[in-house]
Amino acid sequence: MSQVTNKIPDGRSELMELNLGPHHPSTHGVFRAIVELDGEIVVNVVPYLGYLHRGFEKTCENKQYHQVIPLTERCDYMGASSNSLVYAMCVEKLLGVTVPERAQVVRVMMAELSRIFSHLFWLGTHGHDVGAMTPLFYMLREREEIMNLFELTAGGRLMPNYIRLGGISQELEEGFLDKLKAFCDHFDQRVDEYETLLTKNVIYIDRTKDVGYLSLKDALDLGISGPMIRASGLKWDIRKSNPYCGYESYDFDIPVQHGCDIYSRYLVRVQEMRESNKILRQTLKKLPGGPIRANVPGKIFPDQQEIYTKMEALIHHFMLVVRGVSVPSGEYYQCIESPRGELGCYIISDGTPNPYRLKWRAPAFVNLQALQKMANGSLFADLIAILSSVDIVLAEVDR
Amino acid sequence: MNPEMVKEKLASRFGDESISVQTILDQVVVNVPGQLIVPICEFVRDDPDLKFDFLSFVGAVDRMPESPRFELIYQLYSTSSSERLRIKTRAIENESGEASIDSVYGVWASSNWHERETAEMFGIVFENHPDPRKLLLPDEWNAHPLRKDFPIMGTEQDTPDLSK
Amino acid sequence: MGIENHLDNTVHVTNLEWFVNWARKSSMWPLGFGLACCALEMIAAFVSRYDLSRFGMEVARPSPRHADLMIVSGTASKKMLPAVLRIYEQMAEPKWVIAMGACACSGGIYKNYAVVQGIDKYLPVDVYVPGCPPRPEALLDGILQLHAKVMKEQSIKNPQFHGIKVVGK
Repeated sequence: MSQVTNKIPDGRSELMELNLGPHHPSTHGVFRAIVELDGEIVVNVVPYLGYLHRGFEKTCENKQYHQVIPLTERCDYMGASSNSLVYAMCVEKLLGVTVPERAQVVRVMMAELSRIFSHLFWLGTHGHDVGAMTPLFYMLREREEIMNLFELTAGGRLMPNYIRLGGISQELEEGFLDKLKAFCDHFDQRVDEYETLLTKNVIYIDRTKDVGYLSLKDALDLGISGPMIRASGLKWDIRKSNPYCGYESYDFDIPVQHGCDIYSRYLVRVQEMRESNKILRQTLKKLPGGPIRANVPGKIFPDQQEIYTKMEALIHHFMLVVRGVSVPSGEYYQCIESPRGELGCYIISDGTPNPYRLKWRAPAFVNLQALQKMANGSLFADLIAILSSVDIVLAEVDR
Repeated sequence: MNPEMVKEKLASRFGDESISVQTILDQVVVNVPGQLIVPICEFVRDDPDLKFDFLSFVGAVDRMPESPRFELIYQLYSTSSSERLRIKTRAIENESGEASIDSVYGVWASSNWHERETAEMFGIVFENHPDPRKLLLPDEWNAHPLRKDFPIMGTEQDTPDLSK
Repeated sequence: MGIENHLDNTVHVTNLEWFVNWARKSSMWPLGFGLACCALEMIAAFVSRYDLSRFGMEVARPSPRHADLMIVSGTASKKMLPAVLRIYEQMAEPKWVIAMGACACSGGIYKNYAVVQGIDKYLPVDVYVPGCPPRPEALLDGILQLHAKVMKEQSIKNPQFHGIKVVGK
């Protein structure tokens, strides 16, 4: 039974229970796990969640549809724009509203910038957990440039709150497109620089190759999606299989690895950053003119300039703010490819201005279930590396 | 995916009185009785034309004051055909008003945490679940927050202050 | 002043309390206590763009026994509250608390059953930094205000002891 006591005659075998407490530097937030250890081998790891449970779904039932948008952004604070994107798309489908072309392209820009944003932070903290402290500072420097871009959209560095029902909230600032072009031009070369830190590093390969093995069959059974399942060999990306927001018109690849270990997940995420940059360059070329919000009076906020000059626009704006938009009854499940996997929003509406039920399918919550499968039987130091390779965001796990 | 094809397959196997298929905003939704949920889930997972091998989520809705009160949602995806399906059912209520349904853990292992969360948020019992503990709420609480009659701020009795 | 001029300004005269306060504020070690989204802006305040080490504070200790300043950044849920209080209790005197972000100041946008409506109901907060999330410059401003508060404290004449007791209740 115990590998240690086999060598010690008359040895007493007892498992040590270690509390990897909610406050811990390498758990990426308030995550708690009780780890049963036999020497250095992890026999069982049991996660205890709920330390950041903020009652998101219950709060949404008491708010109007427009008031839910900032709440959704705080669910996954790493790639905030993906969250408001999936929510807005779900409500737009229920309302029967088509988003104009310009807003679709800008939404894709925000979604891909969020993806790069999230993967950069993951790379920094993952390196930090494995012992390499240098990537963290480079990634955070890179993220400051993306935060400058977010700030130019709607003012928020982390949570821009830029997407609205029917389109986006305001026109792009002057200088945004130039800054985005400058970012895209130098980013590929930066990713190459960051790869020189870890990809061929012997220590990193030793720590991550064949560690945290998750076969494709187990991954499908456990509901894993996103870079984790692409590292296990399944070529599945919702942007390609069920395209939304105009993704079918962009040319990009889906990186797939077959190693099923931490190293493969690292390679998939680094390549995804390059592919996102490819998409960003295409959006810059593709950006058309036109309105930034759909023109559906009574349901979608009217254009800001019209409020100052037209009476009907003023009245519609007032009613939308005070009473909210009444969504006809129905139900819809919208899912997108967030940086972590399949992010889904299921809304049941009943004709009132408040959602009857909003269910948030959080990818980090489902991906974390694989921790037991991957970590049982490994060394304790590997447990930390495996936990960081799942790429969890506690606000999404606990909602 | 053709909704008629789904209806035909399910009806021929399980009888068509209790199973209804509809299309809501281009998404196929199947309503099934609560007692048949596990055989139906196994069928849609294994049938070569359907092959829904990926469970997106298991959720519940409180349809107060209807009876049975809780509606359960199973959102499925097929990695081979990129199709989605939603199965809806109602939890079975016994005489004292407690709702329960069979767990689909044997069909898709990812339903483990989804069902634990649904159980504590709504008060539904999932039979044959391997680990029916609370997941997100503190163990000392005895509250089912997502029920419609639960006040948003909680109550002193059900959601007490834990620092005391 | 008189003596300083005579000695060609090579000596600085002050009182013990000022000196103790100056030493405390110049190398305050924060506890790395990130709960939610505000933790990202706290980390951004630590790195090179908004450098916190100008104030002697880049040593973020993971252990509460080594730390002086607890920056509660993020939402304190009711389940997490006993852990927060226990960590506060483990910190040695003198200690200070900054409530960073709207959720720590007052519960933020989450007014429901699961969130503590303001960490100041349980902890003695010195500085409130509002925002959702506050910019790193706002956090730096809050820290500088805390430094100013520490300079005005009567640390020798009238020391404060924050006696909250959670363990062994």
